[in-house]
Amino acid sequence: MEKKTCLSLLVENNFGVLSRISGLFARRGYNIDSLTVGTTEKTELSRITITVTGDDQILTQIKKQLNKLIDVITVIELKPDDSIIRELVFIKVKADDTTRSQIVEIANMFRANIVDVSRESLVIEITGTRYKIEGFFEMVEPYGILEFVRSGDTGLQRGGKILSH
Amino acid sequence: MIPLLASKLILKCLERENVEYVFGYPGGALLPLYEAFRTSPIKHILVRNEQTAPHYASGYARESGRVGVCLATSGPGATNLVTGIATAYLDSIPIVAITGQVDRALIGTDAFQEADITGATAPFTKHSYLVQNAADIPRIIREAFHIASTGRPGPVLIDIPRDVQLENVKTGLTYDKVDIMGYKPNLNGHSGQIKRAIKKIKEAQKPVIYAGGGVVLGNAQQELLAFAEKNNIPVITSLMGIGAFPEDHPLYCGIVGSHGYKYSNVVMNGADLIINIGARMSNRATSHLTKFEKDTDFVHIDIDPAEIGKNMETNIPIVGDARTVLSELIQKDTVTDHAAWLAAIETIRIENPLVYDADPPCSDLINPKVLFKDMSEMTSDNTTVVGDVGLNQIWSALYYRIIKNRRYYTSGGLGTMGYSIPAACGAAFATLDKPKEIFIVCGDGSFQMSMGELGVIAEHQLNVNIILITNTKLGMVRQLQFDNYGKGHYSGTDINFDIDFMKLAEAYGIKSYKVDKNADFNKVLPEAIKHQGPTLIQCQVHPDFIRI
Repeated sequence: MEKKTCLSLLVENNFGVLSRISGLFARRGYNIDSLTVGTTEKTELSRITITVTGDDQILTQIKKQLNKLIDVITVIELKPDDSIIRELVFIKVKADDTTRSQIVEIANMFRANIVDVSRESLVIEITGTRYKIEGFFEMVEPYGILEFVRSGDTGLQRGGKILSH
Repeated sequence: MIPLLASKLILKCLERENVEYVFGYPGGALLPLYEAFRTSPIKHILVRNEQTAPHYASGYARESGRVGVCLATSGPGATNLVTGIATAYLDSIPIVAITGQVDRALIGTDAFQEADITGATAPFTKHSYLVQNAADIPRIIREAFHIASTGRPGPVLIDIPRDVQLENVKTGLTYDKVDIMGYKPNLNGHSGQIKRAIKKIKEAQKPVIYAGGGVVLGNAQQELLAFAEKNNIPVITSLMGIGAFPEDHPLYCGIVGSHGYKYSNVVMNGADLIINIGARMSNRATSHLTKFEKDTDFVHIDIDPAEIGKNMETNIPIVGDARTVLSELIQKDTVTDHAAWLAAIETIRIENPLVYDADPPCSDLINPKVLFKDMSEMTSDNTTVVGDVGLNQIWSALYYRIIKNRRYYTSGGLGTMGYSIPAACGAAFATLDKPKEIFIVCGDGSFQMSMGELGVIAEHQLNVNIILITNTKLGMVRQLQFDNYGKGHYSGTDINFDIDFMKLAEAYGIKSYKVDKNADFNKVLPEAIKHQGPTLIQCQVHPDFIRI
């Protein structure tokens, strides 16, 4: 059965590491839903969060193949129950004098921020789980979504556990 | 510390890794390194086309058990290495490929002879480096050899810009101990899984050991023999596993797969436990294994965790080195006999015999199956046979017997034509000081892919014997065309020119023979073996002889 899974990787910041990882997905035919990368508390290491869709067999292969890459130090699966997974989204919604206050009210309910206002549009910044963001989209959709950009999932394990080598 | 030119440092680092030979081809981006070669004890062997250089390194590595090294300049030199690197990757052969690169400031500008070779080879290198700082050279070279030769072996590429080779380095030969955060291969099998495997081995009525290239690469032949004998378990190999088990042993059960023996496939299909040691169960090996009983158990021992469960569902995975895990298994208390199963196998063997007969017109010329059978009787126990790709490969794999210290090498995974001549030369360089008989087996197609390397054979008077099977066809593709489309549906598989291979060999000063009868082959073979220096025996086979 196909499902979405969020993987968290600790990698060495070496030349070409990102292309090695994305290349692995491309040539083995695995689908990446999203990929985010950023620095860590150690300058020589980076953290990558990848969301993938596939069945258990594919997911196991992905983890094993990622682990085979020399630059990859650790691969873990961020399970929804014991980790925090969030995404940042900017949405540009059509808004005029008649609809603006309604949209702002919806945004407030979702603890989203209005980060840009113009006469015919609003840009809303929202952070949250996939479900919260889907819910927000559903609410503002009738007003007209002009464009949006999603950062892709990023996450951490809950509690004292840390991803280290 | 006196500063050292990086190009000299590179060769010092290679010396530290006990490199004897580098198989390479020079060019502009490698001028500093080649200048350093003049005063280095490392011998540079000039290949005749970069495409063959990784195969030399591969043959050298397989014969010596060490890392093979090849070298090419930037751009076209580097891209010419690509197929050979992929060939080594698919067969897990430890090689280090070093390429020149344009100056750092020119990278990314489409400079003359610039190619992104780390990018191009990423899918089939175990790892690669672009050296951006000469001070990193000692660490990178040490790591490259470590990564290539440990765990599941494979090719590692080091791309070195020309201006890096010209830097002066003060660090010297520092960096001894390798410590790579993300690379810690696991050698010992998990004790819980070993316990489960032992339980299955005790319970099994019809067990089979399926031995792959991992047994050969891991030097686990002695342990496999001891384990199989202790438990009376028959051993089947893959194409890459040839040499894992002596072919004259009563427990030996042949080669499996679409190009294996029929009886081996029947035996494997009937097993209730398959103990896979270092084989990836590729589509070539398993295409004739569709009838597994539902309750067949799979134990898979492999040093690469990603191989386990990739092509075949496994209920007992054991990640570890073949030799280490087999040693652990031998120590456990299992002695099984399987007399009934072995008797059943004997019946299967009798019902599915190897067929050597041929009808006219095929029988008018050389029968290649008989040729390799006869060659088994007439060659020493130390013979290395390097098969190319095609019918010549399958005939030599199936009918030449690998016993005692004999070895069989071929491009099993990628199926790269043109492999045999350079790989055998690499093996010959590894055994220059030992009496070893090295045979190249190729067809007229594969021979022509690498025949430029006759120059290296002649130059170094390598003791190699070329068994050139000619039928003026690309035999294996022709066989596939026959099987898929019917008789006469041949396309692009005729070699429409009858080359005078005798004259060609003569041009290189290589002693040559041409035979079209098995009896004549048997007459000239001892002469060729006795001859000091290279020989070529052209064996004429009828184009319609396409059966394996």
